[in-house]
Amino acid sequence: MGEEMIKPYGDTLNDGMVQLSFTLPVENSPRAKKAAEIYVSKLNFEDVSVVHARKIADNFTCFVVYARAIPILDYSTVKVPEFKIKPMDFYEINEIIKIKLHRPLMVVGATIGSDAHTVGIDAIMNMKGYDQDYGLERYPEINACNMGAQVPCEELLEKAIDVKADVILISQTVTKKNAHIRNFSEFIKLLEEKNLKRRFLLIAGGPGISNDLALKLGYDAGFGPETRPSQVASFIVTKITEQKSAKRKI
Amino acid sequence: MAHIPLNTKQIDRLKQLAEEIADQLQTFISRHSSISVERTILRLYGVDGVDSEKIPLSNKIIDKLKKKSRIKSGVSRFFAGAMLASGRDVRITAELIDQGKIEWDDLSRFSHADILEKEKELAQKAVAALDETRKKKEEKLKKYPSPQQPWRYLIVATGNIYEDRIQAKAAVSAGADVIAVIRSTAQSLLDYVPYGPTTEGFAGTFATQANFKIMRQALDEVSEKEGRYIRLVNYSSGLCMAEIAACAALEDLDILLNDSMYGILFRDINMKRTFIDQYFSRLICSRAKIIINTGEDNYLTTSDAIENAYTVTASQLINEAMAQKALLTPDLLGLGHAFEIDPRIENAFLYELAHAQLARQLFPDVPLKYMPPTKYMSTDIFYSHCIDTLFNLASVTTEQGIHLAGILTEAIHTPFMQDRYQALCSVNYVFNVARDLGKEIEFRKDGFIAKRARQVLDEVELFLKEIKEIGLMEAIARGKFANIRRPVDGGKGLEGVFEKAVDYSNPVMEQLEQEGGIHG
Repeated sequence: MGEEMIKPYGDTLNDGMVQLSFTLPVENSPRAKKAAEIYVSKLNFEDVSVVHARKIADNFTCFVVYARAIPILDYSTVKVPEFKIKPMDFYEINEIIKIKLHRPLMVVGATIGSDAHTVGIDAIMNMKGYDQDYGLERYPEINACNMGAQVPCEELLEKAIDVKADVILISQTVTKKNAHIRNFSEFIKLLEEKNLKRRFLLIAGGPGISNDLALKLGYDAGFGPETRPSQVASFIVTKITEQKSAKRKI
Repeated sequence: MAHIPLNTKQIDRLKQLAEEIADQLQTFISRHSSISVERTILRLYGVDGVDSEKIPLSNKIIDKLKKKSRIKSGVSRFFAGAMLASGRDVRITAELIDQGKIEWDDLSRFSHADILEKEKELAQKAVAALDETRKKKEEKLKKYPSPQQPWRYLIVATGNIYEDRIQAKAAVSAGADVIAVIRSTAQSLLDYVPYGPTTEGFAGTFATQANFKIMRQALDEVSEKEGRYIRLVNYSSGLCMAEIAACAALEDLDILLNDSMYGILFRDINMKRTFIDQYFSRLICSRAKIIINTGEDNYLTTSDAIENAYTVTASQLINEAMAQKALLTPDLLGLGHAFEIDPRIENAFLYELAHAQLARQLFPDVPLKYMPPTKYMSTDIFYSHCIDTLFNLASVTTEQGIHLAGILTEAIHTPFMQDRYQALCSVNYVFNVARDLGKEIEFRKDGFIAKRARQVLDEVELFLKEIKEIGLMEAIARGKFANIRRPVDGGKGLEGVFEKAVDYSNPVMEQLEQEGGIHG
């Protein structure tokens, strides 16, 4: 594959135009605007134009800035571990579980640690689902157990063992001070301590999560914002049925 | 003024049904107390402070009483007895109990009359403190006028009370009328109130009496500077509902989040514990003139905002009925609802107007708390900002009381200072350019909005009848609210609930109930 050089697009190819907005802890003044301009040029932008400077509180000024980005990127070198999973709908997914697995799929999900947000786990698991896409509880072939929020790692694992879960879903919404990374890692550590890492399909989710990050943390997949339940379910059935046929070959 | 023709006889029936539901529950509440109610009595008597391990003395004293199996009689008489035995003030008596240096469970040493008198003295002082905070707020409101409604409500949530203070002042200078300090996420499940100023929290700042004081002082300063009264909000919810209400009253807070069902549904706190704690917390709010905000908006984050609109209205009616039992006057009833309909639905804005106008007409004298969109907010901040702008328009048109500013970065992070500023730009703009729109328009008698409002009312009536049949506790157990099921004896905190013995006393509660609500 040949080179494919890109940079941000304003209104002309390769003009590099970028829109930035940020706040500096200083009073608004010509000097503050100059500071914003210098700061943006330190970020390696050129043709910096501070178009808007507004005092938003005593000693704080917010800026809107346009500038030209310098770096160019060879798009052909960009690789992301993408799901090579065929998206399926509610009916297909149930059908596959029925035909290939001959038993209901067990899924346990929770928001772990101090995080009290159930919005992510609920979007995927609740009957109602998200964006007109049914949640896992609605799937007749899936037994879904949503443990809610602030579940300790130990309790989640206990439950997963207890119900013989195939899949564990973990959600984290709070990303402040990297709380989500800490919590996700804590669960992996617990699995490693108990030597149970391979026993479950592990899925991470939340607004601060990408598939890439989840893989790095030791999960089998990660789902970010706007994920539909059927996308998660498609991944689950594909992986679980793959594992099953792999086992048979051995 | 914008008006939907509604059946007033039906409204009377709905209010009657809600009252009957609240009556059933009140019978249960009055027979029970909880460790958190007892700790609240101690706090109101003046017990403050922690031991060397940062455990609050109120917790330690109640735990001791529980171990002695004396909790069913209530802490009040035992503490009064300890005061008589020590001959010292409240603080030292509490320390002596904690250090085990005082005999305090044998009340036979004192006459019944002496103990009763001591209890009365302690209770009167406690109630006087609640009166004091009410009067202080009245004084301030004379000096700095209350802003026009809808009040612009902004949140701060840095985890560090000193940083929060900077953010709060910034928000006020951009137009905020109300500042809420969001709590650290785990706090609702703590069975004690943390102590002292705090600088670490998760997606919020711990609610402590010291933090209340720091923020109150900052807002008083900024009220002076801006020439308008700035209200301070915190959360009387979770396992320490009543205790937080006491701390808030002592530090002159103005608004507390306090819902009859939120903790049960969304934090899995036992429902008995919640109802008992809530009643006492609301009595305190009533006396100290603290506005409560109820949490109906949350139902729509897990269930559909059109399909389940009736659960919001039904819950508002129940919250109102229960609040009246706790002597809260209409000016203190911030009943909640939200702008949460899927923006891709055709005429979604008309549905929102119908729901908001319905709430306005059902509860004409309360400061309705209107929550911004959250569920369908996008990480496309420009699109989210547009949705918030229409929310602002619905709010000002239907004359809401407390307007939670929607923030364009809702789907991304707790707000940056500039996000709050941007949100207020839209709020200020819309409130100004459409200030009297509601006074100018009428809804067509058989138009979409009027029909929708009437449909919701019909659904509410069926629903309330069903709840009255089975009782509110059973209704929650069956998942009737927010599609979440919570068993009557499940959840956290049940072990802290007990039935009152015949000799149980809570003279603070008695005095508050006897003297009734404060009007005007």
